[in-house]
Amino acid sequence: MIPPAIGDQRAGEVMPLSSGRPRHAWRAWLLTETPGSRAQARLGQAYVAWLGFRRNPLAMAGLTILVVLVLVAVLAPVLTHQSPVSQELGRRLQPPSAAYWFGTDELGRDIYTRILYGSRITLLIVGLVVVSVAPVGLLIGTVAGYMGGAVDVVLMRMTDVFLAFPRLILALAFVSALGPGIENAVIAIACTAWPPYARVARAETLTIRNSDFIAAVRLQGAGPLRIVLGHVVPLCTSSLIVRVGYDMAGIILTAAGLGFLGLGAQPPSPEWGAMISSGRKFLLDQWWVATIPGAAILVVSLGFNLLGDGIRDVLDPKQG
Amino acid sequence: MITVGDLRVTFGHGASAVHAVRGISFHVEEGGAYGLVGESGSGKTTVLRVLSGLLGTWEGRLAVGGQEQGARRDRAFHKMVQMVFQDPYGSLHPRHTVDRALAEPIAIHRLGRQGDSSRRIVRALDEVGLGPAFRFRYPHQLSGGQRQRVAIARALVLEPRVLLLDEPTSSLDVSIQAEVLNLLARLRREHRLTYVLVTHNLAVVAHLCERLGVMNLGRMVEELTVAELRAAEPREPYTRQLLRASLGYDRRAVDALETFD
Amino acid sequence: MEAAPRSEPAPLLRVEDLWVRFPGRMGVVEAVRGVGFTVGREKLGIVGESGSGKTVTGRAILRLVLPPGLVTARRLVFDGQDLLALNEAAMRGIRGRRISMVMQDPKFSLNPVMTVGSQVAEAYRMHADASLEEARRRTLEMLAAVKIRDPERVYRLYPHEVSGGMGQRVMIAMMLIPGPDLLIADEPTSALDVTVQMQVLAILDDLVTQQGMGLVFVSHDLNLVASFCDRILVMYAGRIVETCRASELQQARHPYTRGLLQSLPRVDRPVAELPVLQRDPAWQDAFP
Repeated sequence: MIPPAIGDQRAGEVMPLSSGRPRHAWRAWLLTETPGSRAQARLGQAYVAWLGFRRNPLAMAGLTILVVLVLVAVLAPVLTHQSPVSQELGRRLQPPSAAYWFGTDELGRDIYTRILYGSRITLLIVGLVVVSVAPVGLLIGTVAGYMGGAVDVVLMRMTDVFLAFPRLILALAFVSALGPGIENAVIAIACTAWPPYARVARAETLTIRNSDFIAAVRLQGAGPLRIVLGHVVPLCTSSLIVRVGYDMAGIILTAAGLGFLGLGAQPPSPEWGAMISSGRKFLLDQWWVATIPGAAILVVSLGFNLLGDGIRDVLDPKQG
Repeated sequence: MITVGDLRVTFGHGASAVHAVRGISFHVEEGGAYGLVGESGSGKTTVLRVLSGLLGTWEGRLAVGGQEQGARRDRAFHKMVQMVFQDPYGSLHPRHTVDRALAEPIAIHRLGRQGDSSRRIVRALDEVGLGPAFRFRYPHQLSGGQRQRVAIARALVLEPRVLLLDEPTSSLDVSIQAEVLNLLARLRREHRLTYVLVTHNLAVVAHLCERLGVMNLGRMVEELTVAELRAAEPREPYTRQLLRASLGYDRRAVDALETFD
Repeated sequence: MEAAPRSEPAPLLRVEDLWVRFPGRMGVVEAVRGVGFTVGREKLGIVGESGSGKTVTGRAILRLVLPPGLVTARRLVFDGQDLLALNEAAMRGIRGRRISMVMQDPKFSLNPVMTVGSQVAEAYRMHADASLEEARRRTLEMLAAVKIRDPERVYRLYPHEVSGGMGQRVMIAMMLIPGPDLLIADEPTSALDVTVQMQVLAILDDLVTQQGMGLVFVSHDLNLVASFCDRILVMYAGRIVETCRASELQQARHPYTRGLLQSLPRVDRPVAELPVLQRDPAWQDAFP
């Protein structure tokens, strides 16, 4: 059987479209065909992946949105001198103007400032959820997929239980039991967000398990732990990262939903979902109170989606 | 070195059971090279998988290096017996550098302190004709022939005494086959390795091995030496047919082909 | 580069200066570079390794190379018709009906959710105005012609229920049922056991001799092509480096061909060490 890729010979000369040697020494170092160390090899691969990512305008747009989000969260005190929580009832429900770029809400707080500080909460929620959920789902899925048998059955039925509930409903149940607040909202969302990762990881593991390279390392005497952690997990991470990218949008919306229902961040915290909730009374006449935070959620969700698409295009398994 | 006695492998049970191997026996002396030849479905790959320890459900007798083997193999076995797979595109982990792939068995068997491990890796690469420039490449940066050399180096790094070869050159370009076959022949001479080679290609068996066993539908049809094969003296009609077909197309011979069930 | 057949009427296919280029991120890859040959009612073998351009050549003839790939040729004439000048609709009339293609692995070319018989019948009805009954009858005839012993039973099987050899015979039946003049076979037997290979090749052989079909047999197996075909083209790096009659292969002149022949292990010719093909970079450019 003939392998599909070009073998030891090249079919004709490849003429470069643009001549010009790399301008920087480090670029040459990264793109060298003969790396001298594992670090150099890994960095080189990362750089090539970055170059591929950079070619995709939508992915770059997604990345830009998220970079802006992070910058806004970090630099919030610099970007605005107002306080997000101080009330000034004399200026309540002002429309967007030069003084208040996004207007003011029903308690006279500057919406622009609240959006900026609210980004911190959004990032916090998303970050905490992903950091706790992805490794757990990955581990459960890969172990279940590789071990098979009783272990697989037990772990997957457990996953099914969590998967059976609609995410928001289960989160509501958790929060009602634990009490409202950001930390509990994060826990609630995390508890409902991990099953899909476990499923995806297990599906990938089932495919990988029959590969020759797994057989080869088994023949070297490797135990299941080494195989799962060193060989299976690295191959699952790319599809996991892509799913995380897509899921971020859902997590934000779930957090906003909890906030909307008053079960997430509590007032006067400038969480975007809570802002929409409190602003819905004024939706017809003072549209900006609810719409601006909604637009912020939309933009950030879109950014994560585009980023997820871009990462998937770059991490396409066929390339690896 | 290797003794297989009445090996039987069955997949499934009841009416839908598949008897992949039905009582195979052969032996390979130390330093010898034995070819297992057959078409698809003959069971030759299954025998190799049993030999290597990848397949645990079998009946019969198996002794390697004088020791009886059971369903599970210990670490000492894996140090003694290594395998090279058919598809060079699938036998290397896509996210591991060559260095990592070679360092792994060393780490598993705790064979090297830091410097020693590096020396072993460089030596293994050298043996298969790959220089240090290849050490930190990823598999997708290697050609098919280079990947197969890395797979061979990985098998050699533990200094085994037996190499199981599963169609090692079938997926390679024709011009690369010769290099890899020469490499395998040289390594066997230099390290006094014992080979068990599974293939459907009689020419490859004739080049690398001294004896061969012809399998069909799970049974050993015939065992003969390569000298007998070259002299066109196989006794069994199945083997003669296989030999005839491997020499090229001949319209008259096709009408004489039978199905052997 | 042309190889003129000795005593032929006008050839079925004439290719002159065929180039296939694929623009990509890193530059333009020239898969086929100035290839020229003719095919009559004979078996022509195109031999090469991966990357030699042999598969792309076969696809270029049928204009199956998709953009951004670019196919150009000074002449690409089939039975008097300039294939490059035809629009897509006219080309569809050629594909399948006048020129057909059989590929390597029937697992990937047969539709898994239709019975094999209905696929062959569909191929027939695409090119001939026939009723379902007529198509079924022709299909059964065709299945018998490819030496399938129980056509009625096989007609109702699904692709996953047939063996590799039988699947490939079904493919051949499907591709030959419209009665093409030229068949391009791209590694049609590489995935098959060697005895089944012989049987499938015999079917193709009979079709060429009995029905006067032309056959372009693309393969990596030099010995097989030499024993099966009438004429051989050897491709390397997108060019044809050797043309000869199959019986004269041992007297091949180009160093690549000679090197390849010598590097193949043979049952009847023991060597201590196989001579390894030494690639000369000059082969990329020079014409023999």
